[in-house]
Amino acid sequence: MNGTARQHNAECPLSIHDLTVAYNRKPVLWDVDFDVPCGKLIGVIGPNGAGKSTMLKAILDLVPRASGQVMIYGKPYRKQRHLVGYVPQRESVDWDFPVSALDVVTMGMYGRMGWCRPVRKKHHDRAMDALSRVGMQEFARRQISQLSGGQQQRVFLARALAQDAKIYFMDEPFSGVDAATEKAIVDVLHELRGQGKTTFVVHHDLQTVREYFDHVVMLNMRIVAQGPVDEVFTNENLQKTYGGRLTLLSEAAEAFMRQEK
Amino acid sequence: MIRLLFMLVLFGVAFPAAAATDHGTLAAPFEWPTRELFFETLLLKDYNTRVVTLGVLIQGLACGVIGPLLLLRKRSLMGDVLSHAAMPGIALAFIIMTVLGGSGKSLAGLQIGAILTSLLGVGTVIFIRANTRLKEDAALAVVLSLSFGIGVALLGLIQNMSGSNAAGLEGFIYGKTASMILSESYRIAIVAGFIVLAVILFFKEFQLLCFDQNYAASLGWPILGLDLLLMGLVVIITVVGMQAVGMILMVALLIIPAAAARFWTDRLRNTLIISGLIGAVSGWMGAVWSALIAKLPAGAVIVLVCGVFFGISFFFGTKRGVLIQLTRHFRFQLRIAEQNLLRAFYELLEKRNVLPEDLGEDSPPAVLDLDALMEVRAWDHRRQLHRIVRTSIKKGWLFERGTGCYSFTRNGMEEAVRVVRNHRLWEAYLIKYADIATSQVDHEADRIEHVLDPALVRELERSVLGESAHINIPGIRSHV
Repeated sequence: MNGTARQHNAECPLSIHDLTVAYNRKPVLWDVDFDVPCGKLIGVIGPNGAGKSTMLKAILDLVPRASGQVMIYGKPYRKQRHLVGYVPQRESVDWDFPVSALDVVTMGMYGRMGWCRPVRKKHHDRAMDALSRVGMQEFARRQISQLSGGQQQRVFLARALAQDAKIYFMDEPFSGVDAATEKAIVDVLHELRGQGKTTFVVHHDLQTVREYFDHVVMLNMRIVAQGPVDEVFTNENLQKTYGGRLTLLSEAAEAFMRQEK
Repeated sequence: MIRLLFMLVLFGVAFPAAAATDHGTLAAPFEWPTRELFFETLLLKDYNTRVVTLGVLIQGLACGVIGPLLLLRKRSLMGDVLSHAAMPGIALAFIIMTVLGGSGKSLAGLQIGAILTSLLGVGTVIFIRANTRLKEDAALAVVLSLSFGIGVALLGLIQNMSGSNAAGLEGFIYGKTASMILSESYRIAIVAGFIVLAVILFFKEFQLLCFDQNYAASLGWPILGLDLLLMGLVVIITVVGMQAVGMILMVALLIIPAAAARFWTDRLRNTLIISGLIGAVSGWMGAVWSALIAKLPAGAVIVLVCGVFFGISFFFGTKRGVLIQLTRHFRFQLRIAEQNLLRAFYELLEKRNVLPEDLGEDSPPAVLDLDALMEVRAWDHRRQLHRIVRTSIKKGWLFERGTGCYSFTRNGMEEAVRVVRNHRLWEAYLIKYADIATSQVDHEADRIEHVLDPALVRELERSVLGESAHINIPGIRSHV
């Protein structure tokens, strides 16, 4: 246990301490440590291979952490799963799967339904509400491979909405979507913020950072900078984040991981 | 859809009977069963056949129900691994039971051995995948061939063991359906019932596991546990049914009905039901045929019947079959041709300045003949044009006024206005936003206009309206 751990604030939606993640003993995230303010839209940016998606997956316990703690509203993640909504990358699933858009959105409530309980009409009704929040109610009965990329992304978003969480994690929701979907996602993000919910979005388009987000986390294997967009999203920090690979750090970290083993 | 499938099943049942009478008169060395014998076997009049047939039928049902989950979990080859991994278990169990002084042939003992090594095989694959950089297919291939090698070696050893009677163990490899006894049938029924129950209970869990494993994990679901449950179900039905169809053909019963079912439906629940039906009918047919024809192994027939179902589904499947896709393609082509005709018609009238001012019934009808149409558009030949004109008449868009002369009906005029409007909106859009040369635009617009849906058309209107004075867009200019 970490005796010098900070006071865990039950008001703080997400607090990460000393998070390190390694794939095949090669560290991809190094000593990530920050707190996230409540009710904000937070963008995570950084170059390819900077560990953005990995950080999200490490927070959600989908990849093993080499070290570190993740606290959600003051308690370990495992105890707070019901407060967390997740929108994975669209490419992570097989869209040929024999389910309809409505079926996928209904999956957002599986966590609360309980084991072996069947899906009921009230679940479908709520899933329908979530679908209409992203403007997709007409497509509810479509098999999911018959949807466009942007529509598929909106289905994923609707599934997270059906979860009715307090903090959302979204992995590149804006990647490769059409204008209508982009607008639908932004509307939903604002709606969530209006309800005091926190949204944590992995993002790749620097042009839109100022427009979309209140807070930004700049990542390149470690945290380069994080804070309100106005203060942190500067040319200097962008240079630090995107300028060149940190070969020395990654080599030193690798050597360290080898020793650990 | 279900009814069509049912008819196909009936056809499959009736066909051998017809074949039996046709060939019965031929003086071939091969004896076809008589029609009476065929129906007697089919309807389970004989006690032995009844036991065997029901056993294999239920087996097919259970395999068919669990198979799609295996397929959708991308674990089709896992069935291969675990059935091959059962062999060392059978051999080892035989050796141990013989050494301990038993007969070595207690079926329950052999099956327990098979289950243990099957699970070990599956576990090894998962372990290799998680802890090395080998990909899943490599891990599967390693474990599969290794366990088959061990199994064959052990069976060889058993042949040399003094005082052991190993005859019949190879039945597990190729299957020996005919020797199935009542207690085995019961065992299969119990296991099958258990599997169907588990799939119903865990339907939503398995669905999410197969569709989006990461999301399921983010809900806190034990992915490994669910995977083990699914694989465990596959292991027990494989092992219990192995003596009936044989280890090698078990895999076919798990995968082929599942693959065939996907051609008929876009819903997971229906996939499981159809796959289960196909599996059951395949098992039934296989058992009946092998009972009728001496030396025809049931396992092989089952797989062949599965194959026939797969072929039928592949061509005639109502969701993804080849024929339905061809039909869709043809209909789309026809729609394009019709829309091109309407547009050509409209544009000719427009050029001659004889477009009716309003679309009311009494406006003087403008008449066109096919010769004029032939000139404006590159129709392949007159017969094609004629055919499209006829389908358009059938749809009530055109009507004939004297030989070779045609007019728009009211509906036809409205449809033509819609088509021309879409075409010109898209043209305007391309010129304005896509920097496509004006001479190219008509061709580009031609390809896209047929697939525009109302939402896109509204979007187009918004973006080009009022800025395309040089393009006359019907139905818009009059409003401005």
